[in-house]
Amino acid sequence: MAELIYLVPLFPLIGFIFLGLFGKKIKSEALIGAIGSSMVGLSFLVTCGILFSMISSPVDQRSTIVRLFSWIQTGNFSVDIAYQVDQLSILFTMIITGVGTLIHIYSIGYMHGDRSFYRFFCYLNLFIFMMLNLVLANNLLLTFLGWEGVGLASFLLIGFWYDRKFEGVSIIWTGDAAKKAFIVNRIGDFGVLLAMFLLFTTIGTLDYNQINAQASTLTPIMVTAIALLLFLGCTGKSAQIPLGVWLPDAMAGPTPVSALIHAATMVTSGIFLIARTSNLFAHSTTAMAVVTGIGITTALIAGTVGLVQNDIKKVLAYSTVSQLGFMFAALGVGGFTPGVFHVMTHAFFKALLFLGAGSVIHGMHEEQDIKKMGGLKKYMPKTYLTFLIGTIAISGIPPFAGFFSKDEILWYAWDKGSPVLWGVGVVAAFCTAFYMFRLFHLTFNGKERFDHHHVHPHESPATMTIPLMILAVASVLGGLLGVPYVLGFFISDHPNILDNWLSPIFASANETLQYHAHHEIHAIEYILMAISTGVALTAILLATKLYKNYSKEASSDESRNFLWKLLWNKYYVDELYQIKVRSTYVVSNSILWKIVDVLIIDGIVNSAARLVGIFAEIIRRVQTGFVQNYAIMMLLGILAIIGWLVIRY
Amino acid sequence: MGVLSLLLTLFVPLLGAIAVLFINKEQSKAIKSTAFVMSIVTFLLSLLLLPNFDSSNPTFQYVVNQLWIPSLDAGFRIGLDGMSLLLVLLTTFIMPIAIASSFSGIKKREKEYYAMLLILQFGMTGVFVALDTFLFYVFWELILIPMFFIIGVWGGKDKIYASIKFFLYTLVGSLLMLVAIIWIGLYAKDPAVYGKFTTDLVAIKGFIGSIPYDIQVWLFLAFAISFCIKVPLFPLHTWLPDAHVQAPTAGSVILAGVLLKMGTYGLIRFNLELFPLVSSHWATPIAWLSVIGIIYGALVAMVQTDVKKLVAYSSVSHLGFVVLGIFSMTVEGIQGAIIQMVNHGLSTPMLFLCVGVIYDRRHTREISEYGGIARVMPIYTVLFAIAMFASVGLPGLNGFVGEYLTLIGAFVSPVYNNTLFAILSATGVIFAAVYLLWMWQRVMFGTNDNPENQNLQDVTKQELWQMIPLVVFIVWIGVYPGTFLKFTEASTRALVGKIEAVNGISPRYNSLPTIQKASHQHKQSDHKSHNGADKHDNAHPSTDSKPHK
Repeated sequence: MAELIYLVPLFPLIGFIFLGLFGKKIKSEALIGAIGSSMVGLSFLVTCGILFSMISSPVDQRSTIVRLFSWIQTGNFSVDIAYQVDQLSILFTMIITGVGTLIHIYSIGYMHGDRSFYRFFCYLNLFIFMMLNLVLANNLLLTFLGWEGVGLASFLLIGFWYDRKFEGVSIIWTGDAAKKAFIVNRIGDFGVLLAMFLLFTTIGTLDYNQINAQASTLTPIMVTAIALLLFLGCTGKSAQIPLGVWLPDAMAGPTPVSALIHAATMVTSGIFLIARTSNLFAHSTTAMAVVTGIGITTALIAGTVGLVQNDIKKVLAYSTVSQLGFMFAALGVGGFTPGVFHVMTHAFFKALLFLGAGSVIHGMHEEQDIKKMGGLKKYMPKTYLTFLIGTIAISGIPPFAGFFSKDEILWYAWDKGSPVLWGVGVVAAFCTAFYMFRLFHLTFNGKERFDHHHVHPHESPATMTIPLMILAVASVLGGLLGVPYVLGFFISDHPNILDNWLSPIFASANETLQYHAHHEIHAIEYILMAISTGVALTAILLATKLYKNYSKEASSDESRNFLWKLLWNKYYVDELYQIKVRSTYVVSNSILWKIVDVLIIDGIVNSAARLVGIFAEIIRRVQTGFVQNYAIMMLLGILAIIGWLVIRY
Repeated sequence: MGVLSLLLTLFVPLLGAIAVLFINKEQSKAIKSTAFVMSIVTFLLSLLLLPNFDSSNPTFQYVVNQLWIPSLDAGFRIGLDGMSLLLVLLTTFIMPIAIASSFSGIKKREKEYYAMLLILQFGMTGVFVALDTFLFYVFWELILIPMFFIIGVWGGKDKIYASIKFFLYTLVGSLLMLVAIIWIGLYAKDPAVYGKFTTDLVAIKGFIGSIPYDIQVWLFLAFAISFCIKVPLFPLHTWLPDAHVQAPTAGSVILAGVLLKMGTYGLIRFNLELFPLVSSHWATPIAWLSVIGIIYGALVAMVQTDVKKLVAYSSVSHLGFVVLGIFSMTVEGIQGAIIQMVNHGLSTPMLFLCVGVIYDRRHTREISEYGGIARVMPIYTVLFAIAMFASVGLPGLNGFVGEYLTLIGAFVSPVYNNTLFAILSATGVIFAAVYLLWMWQRVMFGTNDNPENQNLQDVTKQELWQMIPLVVFIVWIGVYPGTFLKFTEASTRALVGKIEAVNGISPRYNSLPTIQKASHQHKQSDHKSHNGADKHDNAHPSTDSKPHK
C-alpha cells in the first residue's frame, strides 16, 4: 500500500495543472471547487488507506522508502525524488490532506463570487502538492523543494487580492506583504542551504536516515553548526524570533489561506524538520538549548502582543506564533512527541478559529476590527458555538484537545527543562487564554457596535459551517490520542497512542538524550496540571469580566501608556528591520551604482577612450592631406635612415 | 551523419544570411519567413547531432580536420564535446525565438537585420565548435560585427555610445587573446616542441605544459581577461547594462542567451584545459571577483528603475555563479556551471522577451509607469512569474539546479579551500528574491491606475509561442536535469581528473572541516598562490580526503 504514496502528491499536482490551464474556461464555481477539493480529498483517502495498512503491519515494517527517479546526480552528489512513508510523515500527511480538504470545501463558500475563483483553487492545490513533498521527502533537498514551493504558494496566496490595500509597517499593498513573506523566508532558507552544504561535505548525503544514523560521527561543533543553520530556516518558516515578522502581515491573504497555510500546515514545517532530524539535534545540547530559548521567548512575546491587537486575524496570527513557540520549546527539551502532538491539536483548533474568523468576516462584509463587532452570537449561532469550542481548546481546558498537548509540553518543560521554563510557559499560556477570550467576547457578546445601516450580519452557508463543525469535533476529541500515563493508567499501560505510534521515529534521539519512557506516577505532575488549568481558568474569568459586556465604541478606551504602545507596535521590530532595509537600499543606490559603477568604472573606461581620442586628435595633424608635407616627411625619413647607416658603419 | 549535421548546423545560418540578402527588400514577409525557416531548419539539423553522440566519451566527437592556411598550420578544425553540444543546441534553440521576437518590433532595414542575426548565429556556433585557436579567434571576432550593427542601427536612444562601448571593450580583451595565440604558435616552432607554428588546439594541449610556468601565467591572464570581459566578470561588466538597454529585444535575447556563454565556455575550454595549474593558483582571486559580482550585481540590480537594466545587472550576478563553479575545479562545480550557462540562456532571454512585450505596447521600461498589470494581462503575468522564479532559483525550476551545484562545488572545492566563497555567494539567493520579486510586484500588483495601461493587450499568440518552448525547458531542467547533465559528465570528470593529477589535490569530502580550520588553510593557499613557487608538490593537508572517483 505504501508504494502508492506517489498518488498522494500527484492528485493535487493534477488539480493545479488542470485548473491553471483550463480553470479560466470553466464558468461553474461548483465544478472548480469540486475539482480542487476532490483532488485533495482523494489524496486524503489514499493516505487513510496507507495509514490503515501501516497500523495493521508490525512496528518494524512501518517505514518504507518509495524511490521515483534520480533528481540531480553528478560527481559525488546524488539526490533522488524519493518519498519516505513512516509514522511521522504519514501523520503530517493526514493533517495536511485532512484539514486541507475541509478548508478547500470551506473556500467554495468563502470565495463565492470572486473574480479569480479558479486561480484560488489552483494555488491551493499547488500548496498542498508542495507541502506534501516537504513532509514526505526522504532527503533534505526534496524537503527543500517543498519548503521553497510552499513559500511560493504562500507568496501567491497572500498577494491573491493583489489590488487591495493592506496596512502595515512600510506595507501598502497586499503584494508588499507577500513579498515580505517570501524574502524573510529566503533568509531562513539561506541557513538551510548552508546546512545542506555542510551535511554533504561531512556525511556525503542528504538522506534523512543517513543524517540521523551518522549524526554521532560528526564533531560537536559541526553538529551544532548544522543544527543551528537548519533552525535558522525553521525560524523563517515557522515565524519565530528573529524572522517571525512576516506572519502577521501574511494575514493580507484570504482567510482560508491563513487557516491552511499560516496556521495549520506550512508554519509547522519547522517543527517537522527538527522532528525529522531529531537525532542530529539531540547530539547538540547547544542547539537544543537555543531551540528551547527561542521557542519560549517567542511564545511569551507573541502572547503579550496578542493581548492588545484589535484585528481578529492579527490576534489569531500572534496566537499562532506563540503556539509555534510552545512547540519549539518542547522540541528543545527533547519533547519531540509533545511537539508533534501540539502540531496536530493546534492544526485542528487553529484552523477552526481561523475559519470561524473567516465566517465572521464574511458575515460582517469584510470587517475585521473586533472593536466594531459585538453581539454576533444571535446572528451566527453555528459560528458562535464552534468558535467557542476552539477558544476553550486553545486555552487548555480539559478535556479539550489543547489541554493534553499543552500540558504535556509544560510537563516536559518542568521535567526535562527547569521550573523557570515551566513558569514562563504558564505565563504565556495565561496570555493565550486571556486574549482568546477577549477576542471571543468582543466578537460574539456585548453590545452590537457595528453600523446597522450598512452591516447586516448573517450566518455563513453550509459549505462553510460543516467544515467548522467537523473541526470542532476534532478539537474536542483530538487530545484523546495523547492521554498522558497519569490520566490514563487505569485504561491501559500505554494510554498515549501517539507516543507509541511515534516512538520508533524518535527512538535514536531519545537514546542520545538518554530519555526513557516513564510509567510511574509523580504527584508533582498532578499539581502542575492543576496549576496550569487554574491559571487558564483565571485568565478566562478575567477576560470574561472585562469584555463580556463590553460596550464602548471603538478607539475610546485603553489608557495609551508606554507599555500599551510597545505591545501595539509589536516591540517596534518591524521598524528596526525597516531601517536596515532602507540603509541597504541607499548604499546600493548611491555608493555601489552611482559611484562605483557609473563614476569609477565607467569613468575609467570612458576617459581611456577619451584619452585615445585626444591622442588621435594630435596625431591627426600629421595627416594634413598636402602632398608637399608628405614629400618633406619622406625626405626627412630617408635622410634619417642614411644618417643612421653612416653612423653605424 | 554526425559530422554532416555538424557542418550543416554551422553553415546553414550563413547560407540563410546570403539567401536573405538576395531577397528584394520590399518583400518583408519573404525576408522574415526565410530567416525564420532557416533558423528552424538549423535547429532540426542540430538535433541530428544527438543520436550518435556518445556521452560516455570525454573527447571530441564528429571531428573535422582540414588544413586551411598551411603557413600558420591553421586549420578548419571543428568538433564537439558535451559542453559544446549543449551550447550549440542552446544557440540553435534560441535563434528561432529571437528571430520570431523581432517580427513586430523591427521595422527598418529588415533585410540587413535578419542577415546580421544569421551571421551572428554562424559566428556563435563556430566559437563553440572550433578546435583551432586561429579559427576560434576568427569566429570570436566575427561576432562583434553583427552585434555592433544590431545595437548600433536597431537600438534605442543611446545606441551609438552603447555599441561602440560594447565593441571596444570586447576588442581590447580579444587582442590580448590574439597575442597569446600567436605566442603559443611561435613557441611551437621550436623543433623540440612541435617543429612548426601551429594553432591546432589538440596539438597545443600536448605541449602546453612544457611552457615555463611564469609565461603560462601571462598566457592564462591574456585568455582570462578576454573571456572575463565577455562573461562579464566584475569589474569588467559596465558594457553589459548599456548594451542590453540599447539593444532591440532580440539583441538582448541573444546577448544574454548565448553571447555571454562564450566567455564562460572559453574559461573552461582554454583556461582550465590548457593551464590547469595556473588556474588552480589563480582560482582564489577570480573567485573573489565572482563573489563580489554576485552580490554587487544583485545590489545594483535592486536599485534600478528600468526593468531592462535590472535584468542586465541580474546577469552580472548570475554569471558570477558560473565563474565561481568553473574555478571550483570540482565535478559538481563545473557541471553546475555548465548547466547554469544553459539555465541562464533560457530564463534571462525569457525575462527580456517579457520586458519586450510591455515595451512594445508602452515604449517605456520604467517600473513606476506600471502597476496592476496583472488585471489586464493575466497570461503575461504568469509567464513573467515563471521566468522570474526560474531566475530566483526556485527548486523545481532550472535555476536552482545550476546555482545549487555551483555552490556545492565552491563549498567542497579543494582549490578555494575556503567555505566563505560559497557562504557569501549563497546570500545572492536572498538578494535575487529581493530585486526580482520587488520589481515584479511593482509592475504586476496593485491597482491599475495609469490610464495608458488600462487597455493593454495580453500576450498575443505569437508572443506566447515564443515563450512556451522556454517554459518547457525551464521546467524540464528543474525536474529532471539528468538529461542534460549526462552529456557533460564524462568530459567534466576527465577535466577534473586532469586538474587533480596536475595540482595533486582532491575535494575534501568526509574531511570534517571546521570553520577555523578552513580559514587557516585559506591563508596558506593564499600565500602560495602569490609566490606561485610550489607547483607540483602540494602542501594541502589532504590525508583524510578520499580520492575522487
